[in-house]
Amino acid sequence: MDNKTKSYRLKIPSRTDNLELIRNFVSGLAKKVGFDKDDINKIELAVDEACTNVIEHAYRNDEGKDIDIVIKIDYDKFTIIVADQGRSIDVDKIKMPDMKKYLAELRVGGLGIYLMKTLMDEVDYRTIPGKRNEVRMVKYFLKKDEKLKKNK
Amino acid sequence: MSQFHVKRKDVNNVSIVYLKGYLDAHTAPEFEKTLQELVDENRVKIVVNLSELSYISSAGLGVFMGFIEDIRNKKGDIKIAEPSEKVFRVFDLLGFTVLYEIFHKEEEAVSKYSKS
Repeated sequence: MDNKTKSYRLKIPSRTDNLELIRNFVSGLAKKVGFDKDDINKIELAVDEACTNVIEHAYRNDEGKDIDIVIKIDYDKFTIIVADQGRSIDVDKIKMPDMKKYLAELRVGGLGIYLMKTLMDEVDYRTIPGKRNEVRMVKYFLKKDEKLKKNK
Repeated sequence: MSQFHVKRKDVNNVSIVYLKGYLDAHTAPEFEKTLQELVDENRVKIVVNLSELSYISSAGLGVFMGFIEDIRNKKGDIKIAEPSEKVFRVFDLLGFTVLYEIFHKEEEAVSKYSKS
């Protein structure tokens, strides 16, 4: 396989009725590079959660704004970058919710970040307050345990 | 553009809600509306049939979470029937399988109400 990164981009108005189109864009590429059904479902859901957060939190349902989605395909991994120019999230405040506590309290919402971190191999946030926020999510083509086996 | 339908069927004191298509942040309000109507009518013995639901995100799961406390306080419940493997996995991932009774067949979920 060649080592050149292939990039794909979708810039789309920040509206919930575009979520289906976003999912189709991402899952189409994930399928094309050969992920199995289970991984495609995971990637699709993680991107939906990231974009839903942008629509509802960063842009507070302002439909005039755009979500910028970039997919990079490298020889070993599939990277999705979801960027916005809305309200920044306080990265320090992002922690994994305590699921037991969460379920005990029957709290509503806030499940998106937990899902993203559970579904993807890597998730990180970069933010330039007031200018740009981005969440970068990575799925490796080889699962982590397969990689370990290969290295042995 | 989004393909999502909610259908409701009342059988004696149990209401069955059928979800079809994609349940995400765009379509969740429609499901919310149906559950709110049921609560307003005090029909709180609810079965949600997911056999034709092809996708669910946390926005969809949030609807279940938003109503369950109120409904259980009213001596009702939301039971889930016939989810696909894909949809079940999302419930499972978030530990919702502990919170909600999930049945392979709609009839099993409905008959659970007559037993309780």
